[in-house]
Amino acid sequence: MHAHEDTIAAISTPPGQGALGMVRVSGPQAIEVVNRIFHPKDLSQVPGHSLHYGQIVQGEEVLDEVVVGVFRAPRSFTREDVVEISCHGSSYILQQCLQLLLEAGARPARPGEFSLRAYLHGALDLAQAEAVADLIASSSAAAHRLAMDQLRGGISRELSQLRSQLLDFTSLIELELDFSEEDVEFADRSQLLQLVSEIDRRLQGLIRSFQYGNALKEGVPTVIMGKPNAGKSTLLNALLQDERAIVSDIPGTTRDVIEDRIVIAGIEFRLQDTAGLRETADVIEAEGVSRTLALAQRASLLLYLFDLTTETPQAAYQYVRSLELPPQAQVLLLGNKLDQLSPPLPHAAQLQFEGIAGVHFLSAKTGQGLDALRQALVEAVQAFSGPGEAPPGQAIISNIRHLDALKKAHQALQDVQQGLQAGLTGDLLTIDIRTALHYIGEITGEITTDEVLGNIFGKFCIGK
Amino acid sequence: MFPVYDVVVVGAGHAGCEAAAAAANMGMRVMLATMNMNTIAQMSCNPAMGGVAKGQLIREIDALGGYSGIVTDKSMIQFRMLNRSKGPAMWSPRSQNDRMRFAETWRLMLEQTPNVDFWQEMIVGIVVKNGRVSGVKTSLGLEIPAKTVVLTNGTFLNGRIHIGEKSFGGGRSGERAATGITADLIALGFESGRMKTGTPPRIDGRSVNWEAMEEQPGDEKPGTFSFTDTQPLKEQRPCYITYTNAKTHEILRSGFDRSPMFNGRIRGLGPRYCPSIEDKIDRFAERDRHQLFLEPEGWNTIEIYVNGFSSFLPEDVQYKALRSIPGLEEAKMFRPGYAVEYDFFPPTQLNLSLETRLVENLFFAGQINGTTGYEEAACQGLMAGINAARKVQQKEPLVFKRDQAYIGVLIDDLVNKGTKEPYRMFTSRAEYRTLLRQDNADLRLTALGYEIGLASEDRYRRMLQKQEQVEEIQLAIAHTSVAPEQIDPYLEHIGSAKLKQKVKAISVLTRPKVKLEDLARFVPELAAALNGKNPEAIEQAEIQIKYAGYIKKEKDLAVKMMRLDDIYIPENFNFKKIAALSAEGREKLQLARPRSLGQASRISGVSPADISVLMVFMGR
Repeated sequence: MHAHEDTIAAISTPPGQGALGMVRVSGPQAIEVVNRIFHPKDLSQVPGHSLHYGQIVQGEEVLDEVVVGVFRAPRSFTREDVVEISCHGSSYILQQCLQLLLEAGARPARPGEFSLRAYLHGALDLAQAEAVADLIASSSAAAHRLAMDQLRGGISRELSQLRSQLLDFTSLIELELDFSEEDVEFADRSQLLQLVSEIDRRLQGLIRSFQYGNALKEGVPTVIMGKPNAGKSTLLNALLQDERAIVSDIPGTTRDVIEDRIVIAGIEFRLQDTAGLRETADVIEAEGVSRTLALAQRASLLLYLFDLTTETPQAAYQYVRSLELPPQAQVLLLGNKLDQLSPPLPHAAQLQFEGIAGVHFLSAKTGQGLDALRQALVEAVQAFSGPGEAPPGQAIISNIRHLDALKKAHQALQDVQQGLQAGLTGDLLTIDIRTALHYIGEITGEITTDEVLGNIFGKFCIGK
Repeated sequence: MFPVYDVVVVGAGHAGCEAAAAAANMGMRVMLATMNMNTIAQMSCNPAMGGVAKGQLIREIDALGGYSGIVTDKSMIQFRMLNRSKGPAMWSPRSQNDRMRFAETWRLMLEQTPNVDFWQEMIVGIVVKNGRVSGVKTSLGLEIPAKTVVLTNGTFLNGRIHIGEKSFGGGRSGERAATGITADLIALGFESGRMKTGTPPRIDGRSVNWEAMEEQPGDEKPGTFSFTDTQPLKEQRPCYITYTNAKTHEILRSGFDRSPMFNGRIRGLGPRYCPSIEDKIDRFAERDRHQLFLEPEGWNTIEIYVNGFSSFLPEDVQYKALRSIPGLEEAKMFRPGYAVEYDFFPPTQLNLSLETRLVENLFFAGQINGTTGYEEAACQGLMAGINAARKVQQKEPLVFKRDQAYIGVLIDDLVNKGTKEPYRMFTSRAEYRTLLRQDNADLRLTALGYEIGLASEDRYRRMLQKQEQVEEIQLAIAHTSVAPEQIDPYLEHIGSAKLKQKVKAISVLTRPKVKLEDLARFVPELAAALNGKNPEAIEQAEIQIKYAGYIKKEKDLAVKMMRLDDIYIPENFNFKKIAALSAEGREKLQLARPRSLGQASRISGVSPADISVLMVFMGR
């Protein structure tokens, strides 16, 4: 198996017509292969990180006028020689170009193979390689930012801080085990407990960030609920009409809902209207209740729309409370038909209900209050990462593999904390600590015993 | 003059003695060559054996059929089980020993071991034919022919002693260095390095004011190291504790400009966990005192070892500094502390059997591999002796995995990671220390020792009997229930919650403060089960029950983490050809040629990314 020794090529822009398209070639023969079909310059002589204008030729015939970017190993994405051919975006040209490359000695790349090579060459760690995949799949600005941040090692940075705290903690525990006969001061239990709970807090922050990270990556599942005639479809249409960046309409095939995607401030919202149930007589009392509620249980964001002319905010709150929604969901109460109300109600912002992220009055018909609603939607998403912690600058995980490892590490640290409180001896505590280290190590790399001992010798006077 | 020996052992320290004894007991014709037959099995540093992690090593050596545990028991003057307040994985036996009696006992045991010959002379070279060792050369020009050779030269290879500004050739105070072997090995292509270690001054016990110090006695109920029938001490000698002070530090500092450490004359790297007193006051300047242990060198001798005061400063500075310490105001010094620098051969040049990769049938053990400590040396000597014998017997080498023995951890670390400073065992080096306890070393290893022909029949039967008793006790516990009226007074007494109803005895036993033997006093069925049982079997049964949850957790973790150890790498796998590996990883892998991914993952310089690359190549 010597996959890295051959040269691979693939069309790197999505299928379909576009102004430009790109074919990427990577491998030891990348430059040589492209050179065979490129005129007039001799690419074998050009430096890395350079662009060259020329033609892709098929025998005597010119296929397209192109610009090629030459990147020489190891200063390229895959750390191999890489050539990127930018041609015109017709799928015919792209296909032909690829065909020529294959005839010239390249092999078609398998999905993800460029990233795999970058990973195998150590250009990316696993977390970064996964971020590349996310980057490619990102459909909104926020998802893109998140993937870019991970690519640059944002999560690796946070994890390396976490790792060094764990190293310190482990060292303190090991100190009293291996050096119990030494004349050094051992950390007391409350100090250890404080340290481990700080580490655990960091872990939990990362775990919580998954909801936010995943929302950014996958879109925020947003459910609009309300009694008949509260104006759900009007609101939906108003949001959609105003928002030009409609991504897609997905007809409810497997679910009795219609999902519309809108992007606000770079965040994608997957608006789920209980459309299939709309026609049944009463959303709340009819059989559809359970299905609506099941949907609500999965939602990260829940918009409860009520008719200001027939229902007070207090009544709406009482009703939402009776639904026993999941605690992690952000709930907004939206009073509709503000335009039909006179005299107006007191200011909505002054209304505060426990467990409710905000109350807004609006008119879906006139568009009054919709800007404030959009702002509120964005803020609600940012609140996912936990109270008091602003997402910008914080590492956010969006990868299910990381989440799984972090959750297991968190569980092990819970055991450590319980053990500390129960007065468990250090050697038994370390079994759980090692479990935590093992799982975090799946993301960051292991902590070695040499590091632990080095840390101890650096900080404590050991040696009778 | 000499027959062809199956095993020639060069050096008669802890490693050499174990190697010679093991090979001889496995039926080999053994030659033990030493520069001085009067210094066989010297304790060159402190007169103590065992301690945290080291005690476990001695127990393992004993379980396999080595001598160190028996010799220690027969020559000890104090016994303590360290870390009793912690879990059983941390319990570590430690003894103070009579230095002279220790050496004498070893020599007598070797003399009584059939098949061991002795030769007193310096060995100056090894004979290698076609990449295989065939003997050793002596300083008189003799050649001792050998099928296998075990080198255990300790600190003697080009040994150089430093005291202040003075330095001279020597392997130990008053003993000359050994030359020749290093040059031979380098010519054969071995890489060598320098290491350093030190020892404190010895003083006259008659000049010490013991009243000014704190006494540290042995355990009330002393134990033993050996699983055989050696007897625990009836009487013990105490150690004493005192402290340095600001005055001591000031005096020591005044000699820094004449220290070989600070003026750069010593190049070898010393152990960080066993620093000299000057190193301690230099690196931890904020500490106003350091603890010292005054350890008697034997039952009758007046010589005292000043543990914690290892120093290479000029003797006059050492003397003055000692006299500034409470209780030592009038102290007379017998010998000053000194540093010794010596050659070692980075152990990454070895196979896990301790045979060198470059020269077949040549084995290294002890400080020559960059380790420190009697126990570390002894267990390597034992393994080298075993594997030299197995080589002669044309059998597969005996290699322990990391979840099997501390010995396995030690050798795996040495061979895969190498070491920059003298390597000492710590429990934290063992990922699975809850499994590698001192109390179960016999259950882990004796059957293996017996199988290879090292552990005696008697030892093996003893282990089987213990195992049987453990099972009987556990069965009895599993079948016993206890009623509130039976044991509530006991539970109340130890501050444990009373019972609400009749429960299984096992659920009471797993409570933190409950002890099996105490519990049995209130429960006749248990008392009957314990009656006549070996105390070690009772302890073992209790540990296995009380810590079952943790033992299981660690076993699970071991299975998870040792998974990589079961992914094998083909013998002649060419790491150089894999461009995807990091440059450092590629180089280290090619050098170490690991046989499994687990082994590869423990090589320093090999990153997790390198391992995942290898995984791809191994088809995972």
